[in-house]
Amino acid sequence: MTRDAQETTLVERDHLIGIVEEFRKKGYRLVQMSCTKAGELYEINYSFDLDYQFRNIRIVIDGLSEIPSISGIYWGAFVYENEMYDLFGIRVVGMNIDFGGNLFRTAKKNPFANPTFRGEETCPKR
Amino acid sequence: MSKKIIVPFGPQHPVLPEPIHVDLVLEDERVVEAIPSIGYIHRGLETLVAKREYPEYVYIAERTCGICSFIHGMTYCQAVEQVMDIEVPERALYLRTIWSEYSRLHSHLLWLGLFADAVGFENLFMASWKAREFVLDVLEETTGGRVIQGSCKVGGVRRDIPGKTLERMARDLDVFERELKDIAGVFLNDESIIGRTRGVGVLSRDDAYYLGAMGPTARGSGVGIDLRKTGYAAYGKLQFKPVVETGGDCYSRCAVRVKELFTSIDLIRQAAAKIPEGEIEVKPKGNPDGEYFSRAEQPRGELVHYVKGDGSKHLVRSRIRTPTLTNLPPLVKMLAGCELADVPVIVLSIDPCIGCMER
Amino acid sequence: MTWLSKSPWILHYDASSCNGCDIEVLACLSPLYDVERFGIINTGNPKHADVLVITGGINEQNREVVRNLYAQMPDPKVVVAVGICASSGGVFRECYNVVGGIDCVIPVDVYVPGCAARPESIIDGIVKALSILEEKKKNGTQSSPAPGSGAGGAQ
Repeated sequence: MTRDAQETTLVERDHLIGIVEEFRKKGYRLVQMSCTKAGELYEINYSFDLDYQFRNIRIVIDGLSEIPSISGIYWGAFVYENEMYDLFGIRVVGMNIDFGGNLFRTAKKNPFANPTFRGEETCPKR
Repeated sequence: MSKKIIVPFGPQHPVLPEPIHVDLVLEDERVVEAIPSIGYIHRGLETLVAKREYPEYVYIAERTCGICSFIHGMTYCQAVEQVMDIEVPERALYLRTIWSEYSRLHSHLLWLGLFADAVGFENLFMASWKAREFVLDVLEETTGGRVIQGSCKVGGVRRDIPGKTLERMARDLDVFERELKDIAGVFLNDESIIGRTRGVGVLSRDDAYYLGAMGPTARGSGVGIDLRKTGYAAYGKLQFKPVVETGGDCYSRCAVRVKELFTSIDLIRQAAAKIPEGEIEVKPKGNPDGEYFSRAEQPRGELVHYVKGDGSKHLVRSRIRTPTLTNLPPLVKMLAGCELADVPVIVLSIDPCIGCMER
Repeated sequence: MTWLSKSPWILHYDASSCNGCDIEVLACLSPLYDVERFGIINTGNPKHADVLVITGGINEQNREVVRNLYAQMPDPKVVVAVGICASSGGVFRECYNVVGGIDCVIPVDVYVPGCAARPESIIDGIVKALSILEEKKKNGTQSSPAPGSGAGGAQ
């Protein structure tokens, strides 16, 4: 297998909507959105594809700031945005369908922001 | 004007093997809006990267879903191999292709059975599942597991298929193909199936593309995206054409899956004929440092495994974007405007895999 | 064997399984294993069921669902936990959202090992459960109330 280099373009949060609109105009489809915690910051990746050409853009924010929703451009983005809110606590403004933190009902709030694990303690019997 | 009522569908429902909950807003018998809510199977397995070393995480990745387990394991391995710059031996790539296609056969037959059951065709359910046992026997013989194979590893595969067995497997496919043709004929031509599926849950080509539909859901609407065309594993060296239907309804999605069975058989035959001799694995050296989005075609559509490593034994992040998650917005679109009695058929027509979706 | 074990009806619920065990439970119904020859029928209605077959571990959201299904089943009833996740949480034991095996929420009578459990062992487990069911019938055992639910089993 030859190594295929994937490029990720870092963009400003304020330019995000314009860039995503550009992708949509060119006919790209939204592949996925994901969030990664890097230290205290959060990297948010937006991936697009046109004829198997994979493009990836990234914004980096701190945990307190909000990001604009792209669900006005790609209607289906709401699942990723709600997921990001539920798992990481990233606030997304202007989602077309806002589950208000109820898409994933989890044991603790924003579990992926500070992952914890169940220890070796045995489960409470009955 | 009639009153609106909300009917909850799921999580435990006779037609669903897995729990998903959809609130259906009804006006008489017509669905106006469908609001899905998920989380019944959410485990949070992506966080386990912090607990398992990167070669061990293959087993967790495989157990994202028990139906397409092999492809999950393979896609994860591909991602790590790209990050670590590992050249996987040819033979291993061919073996991965063969096992992927057997997984696809098993997944599609499983779905066809469930679909037949949802339209009320019990006999066809049994026939599909009987045919599926042949595929499971092959998987068990070559990997040791019926549904969870555990045969993929970072750097290659865990075990080889001897040449004699490969020859026999290719021969057995002839008998299997004849049996499939009988089943396929019923799925494509039977009046009662056509009556329940044609024109139901229509998804237009544009909606399919921009809402992110993938796999048979997209190909049933005329979007010819098939990630196998990117040539991962050994697909680049094999000849095939993605199956595309243009109806956009449940019948088209069903027809895509039926026809893909034969594509898979053909791919296995080609791979079994072309497979080179040689090593089946290389030992990975060092730890992954970097990131990669690995994509593969699962039976349900495009699967993305993102990994990010920082040079330690544990990855920083694994993110699994499964096809059912991306097929959810198209499903919401399809459900709006349908009749209540058609809901089970439409939900099933995207081949929902909830275990995958919620991870 | 008496009348009860001649035609036990099964309710299958997927707690937080990966699907591996689920499709093996369904495979038991397929012509190769064909449990219907024993009169075993997979029903979707908890009020018709004698045996509750659960795959996968308990997580935060399905806790109440499992408790509810169990409470709705008429006495006598038995619970079969299929697969290692249902028995102890399995590989997902450490995940934050997984509580543990089925026995954290409702009493389990038979544990079926395996990841994924094979159809043969699932059938074995159900047959074992049938004799327990018979026993419960003979002794007139009422199910203990589902822990924490405050409600007794359905009478």
